[in-house]
Amino acid sequence: MTPVLIAQLSLTLFVFVMLLSSAAGMVYFERKVAALLQQRMGPYLVGPKGLLQPLADIIKLMFKEELRPRAADTLLFTLAPVMAATAAFAAFAVVPFGASTTLFGLLDEPLRLQVADVPVAVLVIFAVASMSVYGIVLAGWSSNSKYSLLGGLRSSAQMISYELSYGLALASVLVIANSLSLTEVVNRQAGTWFGFIPRWLIFLQPVGFLIYMTAGIAETNRAPFDFPEAEQELVAGYHTEYSSMRFAMFFMAEYINMVTVSAVATDLFLGGWHGPFLPESFGWIWFLLKVAAILFFYVWMRWTLPRYRYDQLMRFGWKVLLPIAVVNLIVTAAGVLYFDVR
Amino acid sequence: MTLFYLFGAIAVGSSLLVIAQRNPIHSVLLLIASFGALSGLYVLLDAPFVAVIQIIVYAGAIMVLFLFVVMLLNAPVEETEADLARPYLLLRSGPMRAGALLAIALGVELVWALTRGTETGVFAGGSVSSVRDIGRILFTEYSFAFEVTSVLILVAMVGAVILARRERRAGGAPE
Repeated sequence: MTPVLIAQLSLTLFVFVMLLSSAAGMVYFERKVAALLQQRMGPYLVGPKGLLQPLADIIKLMFKEELRPRAADTLLFTLAPVMAATAAFAAFAVVPFGASTTLFGLLDEPLRLQVADVPVAVLVIFAVASMSVYGIVLAGWSSNSKYSLLGGLRSSAQMISYELSYGLALASVLVIANSLSLTEVVNRQAGTWFGFIPRWLIFLQPVGFLIYMTAGIAETNRAPFDFPEAEQELVAGYHTEYSSMRFAMFFMAEYINMVTVSAVATDLFLGGWHGPFLPESFGWIWFLLKVAAILFFYVWMRWTLPRYRYDQLMRFGWKVLLPIAVVNLIVTAAGVLYFDVR
Repeated sequence: MTLFYLFGAIAVGSSLLVIAQRNPIHSVLLLIASFGALSGLYVLLDAPFVAVIQIIVYAGAIMVLFLFVVMLLNAPVEETEADLARPYLLLRSGPMRAGALLAIALGVELVWALTRGTETGVFAGGSVSSVRDIGRILFTEYSFAFEVTSVLILVAMVGAVILARRERRAGGAPE
C-alpha cells in the first residue's frame, strides 16, 4: 500500500460519506428554505435549530415496517431502489471538486480531488444520467400498481425527452472547451477577461447554461417537472408502494442526483474551484459555495413555481427546448470555427 | 486477462439468459447487463470513448425504449402451452419458425467466421482511444458506411411514423 493508494482509497470513501451526508443535509436545507419562503419556522425541535431532524427522520424510516404488495415482482421490487441509488452515486465518481493537492506536504505526488480522472468524463456523466431512469421505471413496473406504473411511464417519457437537450447543452460546452475531460474544462476557466470578468463558460454559453439547468431539473424529477410523483394525481408515483428504507433509498437518490447535477453545472459553467480571493489549494471552498448556490436555486424553484401539465411538459421539451439546444450548438460551433471564440 | 474472462463470461452468460426468460422485462434487463459487460471489454481494449458510447446509445437510449414498449404492451406470456409442447422449434408457429431459421443461419455464419483463420482486421486509424481520430476516420475512410447507416435509420423513422399514423386513422383514440 503506497501513500498515494491509501489517499486515493480514503478519497473514495470520503466522497461516498460526503454524498450520503449531503442527502441528509439537503433534506434539512430544503425544509428550512421552504419554511423561509412560506414564512414558517421549519424543523426546530430536534437538536439546535432542528439540525438533527434528518437524523431523526432516518431513524424513524429504519424502524418502519417494510411492506411489499403481494402481486409485486419480488426480485425487481428489491432491485429497483438499489439501482436508483447506485446510479446516483456513480455519476459523482468523475466529478472533480478541487485542484490537485498534496494535503499540506503529506504526500509526495499531488492528489487529484476526483475519484476517477476519466478522459471522457463528460460522456460518463451523460451515460450514468441516462441509466438512472431504470430504477424509477422498474420500481413503477414491479410494484404492480396503477399509480406506480403511471409514474414510472411518465418519468421514462420525461427523462428520454429531456436527455436530448441535456446532451446537446453538454456538447456545446465541449465544442468550446475542446476536451471531454472535466478537469481540463475547469482548468480552461481559470483567470479573467479584462481583469475583472471571470473566464467562466456561463458567459460564453448563457443559453447552454439555461438549457442545462432546465433539463437537469427535469432529469432529477424536481418541481416544476415532478410529474413522476405528482401527489395530487398519482399518490406518490413510482414509489407509492415503497416503505421504510427502500423508500429512503429513492429519496436519497433524488437528492444525490440534485447534488451531482449542481456539481457538474459548477464544473462546466461556473469555473469549478476557480475564484478570486482564495489560493488554489482552498478552491474547494469556492466549489462548495457555487454548488450550494445552485442547490438553493433548485429549492427556490420548487417552492415558487406550480407544476406544469404533462402535455405542456412534453411540448416544451420537444418543441421549445430541443430546437433551442440545436440552434445553440450550431451557433457555438460556427463561433468556434469562424471567429475563434474560445 | 482475468477481467477479460470475467466480462466475457458475463456478456455470454447474460446473453444466453436473455432468450431463456419467460418474462420480457427480465430479458431486457439481462440484455442491459450484457451491454455493460461489452462496454467493460471496450475499456480493456483502451477505447473508453467507444465504451461510454456503448452505454449511452444501447443501455441508456435503446433499452429504455425497449423497456417502455414492453411495459406498455405488458404481455409477459409470449407463447402458448400447446406451442411449447411441440418438440422441435421448426414445427412451432410462424414467428418462431422464422426465428429458428435465422438462428441456424447465424450459427453457420459464426462457425464459418471463426474457422476462417486467425487473421484480425487492422483498424485503419491505429488508435481508437482518441475521439478526434475516431471522428476523422468516420467521416473520411468510412463516410459511405456512415451515410448509409443514417439513411437506414431515417427509413426506420419514417416507417415508424407511418405505422403510428395508420393505427390512429383506423378508429383508435389518439394516444
